[in-house]
Amino acid sequence: MAKITFITSNNETIIAEGTSGSVMELAVKNKVKGIDGDCGGVCSCATCHVHVNEEFWSAVGKPSELESDMLEFDDNVSEYSRLSCQLKVEEVPDGLILKVAK
Amino acid sequence: MKRSTFPDPFKKARENKGLGKMNDQNDPVKMVLGHKDVRRCAHNWKTFQSGGEEVGRIVVPSEVHIRDTRQIPFEVDPPEHKSYRDLVEPWFKRPLERDYQIKLTDIVNGVIDEALEKGKLEVVEEFSLKLQSRALTLLLNIPYEESDLWISWGTHVFRSEDTALDGDKANILYDYIDAEIDKAIANPSEDLYSMLLASEVNGKKLTKEEVKGVLILTFAGGRDTVINAVTNSIAYFADYPQSLQRLREEPEILNTAIEELIRYFSPLTQMGRVVTEDTQVCEHAVKSQSRISMCWASANRDERVFENANEVVLDRKINPHLAFGFGTHNCLGATHARQIMKILLTVLTQKVASMEIIDCKENIEDLDEFERKVGFDSIQVKFNKL
Repeated sequence: MAKITFITSNNETIIAEGTSGSVMELAVKNKVKGIDGDCGGVCSCATCHVHVNEEFWSAVGKPSELESDMLEFDDNVSEYSRLSCQLKVEEVPDGLILKVAK
Repeated sequence: MKRSTFPDPFKKARENKGLGKMNDQNDPVKMVLGHKDVRRCAHNWKTFQSGGEEVGRIVVPSEVHIRDTRQIPFEVDPPEHKSYRDLVEPWFKRPLERDYQIKLTDIVNGVIDEALEKGKLEVVEEFSLKLQSRALTLLLNIPYEESDLWISWGTHVFRSEDTALDGDKANILYDYIDAEIDKAIANPSEDLYSMLLASEVNGKKLTKEEVKGVLILTFAGGRDTVINAVTNSIAYFADYPQSLQRLREEPEILNTAIEELIRYFSPLTQMGRVVTEDTQVCEHAVKSQSRISMCWASANRDERVFENANEVVLDRKINPHLAFGFGTHNCLGATHARQIMKILLTVLTQKVASMEIIDCKENIEDLDEFERKVGFDSIQVKFNKL
């Protein structure tokens, strides 16, 4: 079980808990504004872009080459950018804090 | 070669120079072919513009001579683009609502039941066009019966048998939309016309011309594309009955299967932009005021990104395809299209044991340097009940 905090662009905080699936799916289920997950999680639409809180960055890890390519031409990219469809709930650290990019 | 095989005509040019050339009505287009270059151009809306003065020029083939109404938000650039997109976006996300999906399921059940009853049918006219038209009544939130008229227009609203563009045919659609807007002004309802007519962007009411621009985009953008996606998917499952069986047994791969079919078939080959300054694309000079196009179909077969790019891999997990475009102007109708595919594939697995292609005529796009199979002009298929 992982507890994840999402902070939206209008500074709303949503705390969601999940045991499986992707972080994008968890966000969509909890109606986190700015995370749409249009493509269902195949790394095609970039509508699930988040900034990982710096403290958790090493635990979450860097994006793969393909994910990184998709992020390259997205708006609001930072050195802590990830596509949340590529993060698995059971693999991310408990207490993770994510800022929604959109 | 199986009939659902869609070859990649761009491979050599993509690997050798990254560009192709097409002379479109004496307004040449430099086609950008590689995945990364296509994304770079789509991202750079300042240099590669959608909202220039010449309405219709970013479409390939160009619609400069057959259309004066600016399609909205498609032919508007940031920052104005955002206000229009924000206005229409929630409406075009309605396919995610349960009620919408129930109605769409009824429509899909209708066309599949009809196909099973007939046994044999021509899929483009008798299946895909009907499904696309009936589903569009949901997107516009208007009565189902209106689709009868659109079905009667035939598959090509802009094309006749011998020409890629036909102004007279396009006018049928434009005149129809004008009349519908006037009806909505006289009798407002809960449909897209009325929603738009009651809306403001940047403190100003939308004009009739702007409402028309959104509606033309909705009608035109979602017609051939949806028809091709549906028809080509039917052809694929007819050729590969084991794939249909696999979806029946592993419904959890439904989402990756949909994205993969959309990547493989890429129903929209390309979209153009007008260049605003002298610049370079893949180390080739491009002049200000010339045209480029982003060739989604080529990018989606780029082997630097997609392993076994010319195969349909139903459980492809990472699939950064560009079939719905990329960046600011990505496809507004994608949610609707994905929902059609999702319900279509689900109902096929529930009701259809197998399908057989009896005969077909391919629809080949003539792109000068390339010839691309984009769909079928006609395809006779036999549907077998489960």
